[in-house]
Amino acid sequence: MSNITNQSLSELVKNIKDKKLSSEEVTNAFINRSEKSKELNAYITEDYSSALEKAKKFDQKPNLDLKLPGIPMAVKDLFCTKDVLTTAGSKILDNFVPTYESTVTQNIWDEGAILIGKLNCDEFAMGSSNETSFFGNVHNPIDKNLVPGGSSGGSASALAGQLTPITIGTDTGGSIRQPASFTGTVGLKPTYGSCSRYGIVAFASSLDQAGPMAQNVKDCALLQEVISTYDPKDSTSIDFKRNNYSSELTNKIKGKKIGIPKEYRVDGMPDEIEQLWQKGIEYMKDCGAEIIDISLPHTSYALPTYYIVAPAEASSNLARYDGVKYGFRAKGENLIDMYEKTRSEGFGAEVQRRIMIGTYVLSSGYYDAYYLKAQKVRKLIKNDFDEAYKKVDAILTPSTPSSAFKSGEKKDDPVSMYLNDIFTVPVNLAGLPGISIPAGHDAKGYPLGLQIIGKAFDEQNILNIAYAMEEKINFKNKINDWWIK
Amino acid sequence: MTIDLKTIKHISKLSRISVDEEKAHKLAKDLNSIFDFIEKLNELKTNNVEPLTSVAETTLKLRTDKVKSKDIREQIIKNSPQDNEDYFVVPKVIE
Repeated sequence: MSNITNQSLSELVKNIKDKKLSSEEVTNAFINRSEKSKELNAYITEDYSSALEKAKKFDQKPNLDLKLPGIPMAVKDLFCTKDVLTTAGSKILDNFVPTYESTVTQNIWDEGAILIGKLNCDEFAMGSSNETSFFGNVHNPIDKNLVPGGSSGGSASALAGQLTPITIGTDTGGSIRQPASFTGTVGLKPTYGSCSRYGIVAFASSLDQAGPMAQNVKDCALLQEVISTYDPKDSTSIDFKRNNYSSELTNKIKGKKIGIPKEYRVDGMPDEIEQLWQKGIEYMKDCGAEIIDISLPHTSYALPTYYIVAPAEASSNLARYDGVKYGFRAKGENLIDMYEKTRSEGFGAEVQRRIMIGTYVLSSGYYDAYYLKAQKVRKLIKNDFDEAYKKVDAILTPSTPSSAFKSGEKKDDPVSMYLNDIFTVPVNLAGLPGISIPAGHDAKGYPLGLQIIGKAFDEQNILNIAYAMEEKINFKNKINDWWIK
Repeated sequence: MTIDLKTIKHISKLSRISVDEEKAHKLAKDLNSIFDFIEKLNELKTNNVEPLTSVAETTLKLRTDKVKSKDIREQIIKNSPQDNEDYFVVPKVIE
């Protein structure tokens, strides 16, 4: 077995089940590569020695009926992991060791996977370039000067760089799909209520959703099957019949009706993105799908809506960081002074900015003008999708309005940074599933992604469409290991 | 609409985040550009639209009122920046 880390999850699972590889060999391989990859800055916490112990223990009495038998895996540092530091990329949690496990990660360990580390992310998942983390910027394995996207930037970088065979992220406005698109990987944002939010550091509770990130659609489907469970510990978790996404996966999508929303053709979108979209439409036709022009008239109002709803919820959620119960505490002359200094020193600039926006839109006299207005527009955006889904089975759009950009390029202009999420945010507002798959390269050789948006709870359908498309696209990621000396 | 320094100071107080002059100026600039962007929503008439509070179209489930976590005082206190084993300790509030 010459190389282990370039195998897909499905290959690794098969090799472990066929006893051609042990969990220890696989775990060792990913740890060795991770150790050589410090320059990517993908990890916040490494848990290597404990991982190796668990791998050895697995090999002594391997349970090969599990879905992820002895598979090593690093996860976004937004998931609480029992007895392992969980920071959310923030100074305010830089000493927080949870005494409990998130449901999503527990589901993963229950299927035999082994934690190898916690991955860097934008602070409290607020960012689109992984430049807001207290633990420094993450680099894109495609090119050192490129951002990996965000907020699941460490997850995308570790996955594309083959430091972990699969990973999980969270997606509030595009935080799985945009970094997947920027790194040539597959990322699924499931339907709101599909994966439990229990034990995930909260950002905007009506939008947050955990999801799988993988090298290919099949691996993504398998991981979704593992993490999506009904959980009474999350009051918005939904008890619906979940598919066996990986075994039910099919590339037969003949006759599916695919909507092309004209409003996603935004001003200033590069020709390359338009061409990619057209190519996607051709691939869909090749697969036997029927293309239908649709309209989502309120698309251009999605970002302004998001930048009221998400900060409002964040300002409430982040009120818990007060320096009393856990996390960082600054010294203050009295209680109020302690609160104010703790939050001023503990939160980074972007998080403070969003807390301020949220506090303002919820403050007396402004609630109706902003927050209530945004909730009403959110309804209109959801209605657009409901209307469209009377005519189509899924919707095809570009994942992002550009390929990965250079670090520092958008850091000082919050609005231009926010525009990155223009195609992904509407999906969160409507609570729908969306998947980004790599679909080509731009002139610079950077990966570009296409997004397939589905009806609520119709993950199987968009996974099938993505699976059929993947076969036609035959994408090869261009990773030259620039960071390995 | 513009957000002035006085408003910034007010929001900073509400959100319990201290800001100095320099930070207040920067925040005013950023928030104004963000709110310019948000103002776009005023183009839409929404008088007769029901606000969407949750995309999950389900009624919240009821559960029995039963204690499930017992003897977790140690776990709860474990991550506190300062405690005396029984309580969280904060700066003096009563003189």
